[in-house]
Amino acid sequence: MGRGPSLPPFVGKIVRQVSTLLLTFVGLTAITFIIGRVMPADPVLAIVGDRASAEVYDAMRLQLGLDKPLVVQYVIYLSNILQGDFGKSIMTTREVSEDIIRFFPATLELATVATILGVFVGVPIGVFAAVHQGKMVDHIVRVVALFGYSAPIFWIGMVALLIFYAKLGWLPGPGRIDVFYDGIVEHWSGVILLDSAIQGEWEIFHNAFSHLILPSAMLATYALAYIARMTRSFMLDQLNQEYVLTARVKGLSETTVIWRHAFRNVLVQLITIIGLTYASLLEGSVLTETIFAWPGIGQYITTSLFNADMNAVIGGTIVVGICFVGINLLSDTLYKLADPRARQ
Amino acid sequence: MTDIGSSRTGLRAWLLSETPGSIGQARCQRFYLVWLAFSANPIAMGGLFIILSLVLIAIFAPLITSGDGTEQVLTRRLLPPSAEHWLGTDQLGRDMFDRIVWGSRITLYIVALVGIIVVPIGLLVGTTAGYLGGWVDTILMRITDIFLAFPRLILALAFVSALGPGLDNAVLAIALTTWSPFARIARAETMVIRNSEYILAARVQGASSARILLHHVTPLCLSSVIVRLTLDMAGIILTAAGLGFLGLGAQPPLPEWGAMISAGRQFLLDQWWVPTIPGLAILTVSLGFNLLGDGLRDVLDPRSDS
Repeated sequence: MGRGPSLPPFVGKIVRQVSTLLLTFVGLTAITFIIGRVMPADPVLAIVGDRASAEVYDAMRLQLGLDKPLVVQYVIYLSNILQGDFGKSIMTTREVSEDIIRFFPATLELATVATILGVFVGVPIGVFAAVHQGKMVDHIVRVVALFGYSAPIFWIGMVALLIFYAKLGWLPGPGRIDVFYDGIVEHWSGVILLDSAIQGEWEIFHNAFSHLILPSAMLATYALAYIARMTRSFMLDQLNQEYVLTARVKGLSETTVIWRHAFRNVLVQLITIIGLTYASLLEGSVLTETIFAWPGIGQYITTSLFNADMNAVIGGTIVVGICFVGINLLSDTLYKLADPRARQ
Repeated sequence: MTDIGSSRTGLRAWLLSETPGSIGQARCQRFYLVWLAFSANPIAMGGLFIILSLVLIAIFAPLITSGDGTEQVLTRRLLPPSAEHWLGTDQLGRDMFDRIVWGSRITLYIVALVGIIVVPIGLLVGTTAGYLGGWVDTILMRITDIFLAFPRLILALAFVSALGPGLDNAVLAIALTTWSPFARIARAETMVIRNSEYILAARVQGASSARILLHHVTPLCLSSVIVRLTLDMAGIILTAAGLGFLGLGAQPPLPEWGAMISAGRQFLLDQWWVPTIPGLAILTVSLGFNLLGDGLRDVLDPRSDS
């Protein structure tokens, strides 16, 4: 890339990343626009229902701007979204944006804990497998990781509920918190762990945490498998480099060679992988939330879907989509800023 | 290779000969070498075994089952696995074994259909973009990137909700969210191939762009695309099962495994086999594809991690 005389090279990179983000956003909204407004045979009917009177129908048709050309409709749609206006939900009769603010923290809490779990278990496993490349442990890690990729999360979640909740009684059942504790903690961030910790309600914190264990562990199976595998492959790349040999020849301990030398170089690549995982868990929580009756955005989207609540479905899809795209691009940018080789 | 080859006779020698006499022989040799490497990999062979079993079970479904899996006998509801009903019966008295066996056809149908839609689209977009370059490349790749950046399951959900639930709509929704990586791979391969001398030779001979793309570029992209497809199969199966589980995929009474889990959910506590067995079937098949894809990647693409 030609180096401009005045601008440092990363400015160009950032400009390019932002334009990619904008373009993807336009694409995302265009596709959801097509899904919500063009594909249904009658979008008005989809919103007002087939028992609506002719006046209601006509009013909604005008309100949706369906008498205008498609391009104009899209521009209106886009400007509404930019103002955070996704329309009203039929199911909850609230603004969709209000609903999303209500439901999103639950998903965020679940996905964050699952990602943390995936990182803290997956990374050491991956390093361990790489160090013992070709040995029995390595093969075991490989097969276990493949199991993690292959398991239907919703089914594993169901079986886990059966074992740990119904049979053994070790962990609480579905839901975010026991009904008994519901509504005691003031709703600040919406993340119960955070709210209860700030307000010093440790009993509630403990209860919410125990509710989190199963769903987040289930959600983390995929993350764990993916992170362990990528860590292993990154570590192998590093361990075969000459500087590692040099370090060993110098007589450094194996721990120092692995963690201080090789692993440090893997860290940068791991950022991208962790970002990707986090984004995919935000999305992957849809099925987990259904199984564990977790009142998050995934459950909101699926329930709306069955109530033909198109505004809510589209609003939820866009918000999850934006988070997904945003996190991916952010981790990509971080990677490019952190790794001098990727900056050229 | 010669010392091994020369000491053998017959087919093996023909397959390992250093100087193939015909294009056909050279092609057979290539497959044979890939097979040799592949069959030495126990993990990959395990995957191949699972997938072949699945295909055989699907083909011979009428022979190994007693009915089509939709026959309801209410007097034999929720029977545990026994000699008569190997996997028990479900809440409507349908034989679970029969349903699982017939369900394998649905799984294969989904996977095959998605593959048939996704591979040509990916190849077409990717090779065209890579070969022509310039603004065609920019536009096609921007579109690809947009699809690549999307959350797949949520988008598939939204698509199905607009199209209406059903097996074919689920397939369509999955295909729409799956094609983009194939375009990326095909483009990357094409960028390497397009500057090679044999492409130049074909161009000098007056071959059209379409001909070069179809006859000279596409065949070389196939191996990486197939590896990727095999690795994606598990994801496709899991997404389809997830849609079925949510009630958006195959509709009852079709014995789709995800829908079977969902229908059997309420019996989990007392009749564990009803929702558990279809889940095991999904896990097995998706594991099979992952093992196979993993092995294929080791063999066909030595550059990646092994």
